[in-house]
Amino acid sequence: MASELLLFYLFAAITVAGAVAVIAQRNPVYSVMAIVGSFCGLSGLYVLLEAPFVAVVQIIIYAGAILVLFLFTVMLLNASREDGAEWDRTHPYYRPGPTRVGGVLAVLLLGQLVWAVTKIGGAGVGDLQPAASSVRLLGRVLFTDYMFAFEVTSILIIAGMVGAVVLAGKKGN
Amino acid sequence: MVPITYYLVLSGILFAIGTAGVFLRKNVITLLLSVELMLNAVNLSFVAFGRQFGTVDGQIITFFVMTVAAAEAAVGLAIVIALFRHRESLSPEAFTNLKW
Repeated sequence: MASELLLFYLFAAITVAGAVAVIAQRNPVYSVMAIVGSFCGLSGLYVLLEAPFVAVVQIIIYAGAILVLFLFTVMLLNASREDGAEWDRTHPYYRPGPTRVGGVLAVLLLGQLVWAVTKIGGAGVGDLQPAASSVRLLGRVLFTDYMFAFEVTSILIIAGMVGAVVLAGKKGN
Repeated sequence: MVPITYYLVLSGILFAIGTAGVFLRKNVITLLLSVELMLNAVNLSFVAFGRQFGTVDGQIITFFVMTVAAAEAAVGLAIVIALFRHRESLSPEAFTNLKW
């Protein structure tokens, strides 16, 4: 019981630290590395939520495939540094006044969200219902109830693939 | 068990960090990474709700979100490469013209 809460805090700390590091880094390579750590923490959280398949897919698809794609692009473009000179502090949105208003609005939004969420009540996740986590059940539901969405997904993948080749391919070939 | 509130608050924090990244960073690749962060925050709340209700629907929607994220990353990065070829820059402020 207590150890589970401890694990939650550990994984949550990893996830949030990774996420903060993503937007705090100037170097995109470090950002990609930080987001890999963040996704590993998320994967631990999925294990805690008794969704082991999602946890494995998170590591394989996200950390293994999508972020490698990001890393390839960063290195292909040789964009290992954000151009410091391009930080335009005179832009209207970056003046102190609007920045403060934006900050107050963001804190307000987060406060409202937390307030609303704490109204839900303190029942533990899974105290009410048994876990539905078997891969067999997952596959059955995916290939019956969600059959149409699954097929549409394949069209999306084809469209994405063709789009990527057309956009990134060399002109004039 | 950990209350679902904790997961939802964590999801909100992650989403807020992703949003902050979109507004603060001046690098198109980091912007795309921040969008991935936001998608993952939503995934976390989907899985938490699915666990709460004892169904697999939350996990299945998570798969679809991951597929969309993969397609988005592929097309987005292809666009970044195409833009970089024209402008030799990754700053969003370099891409303010609709046509050049």
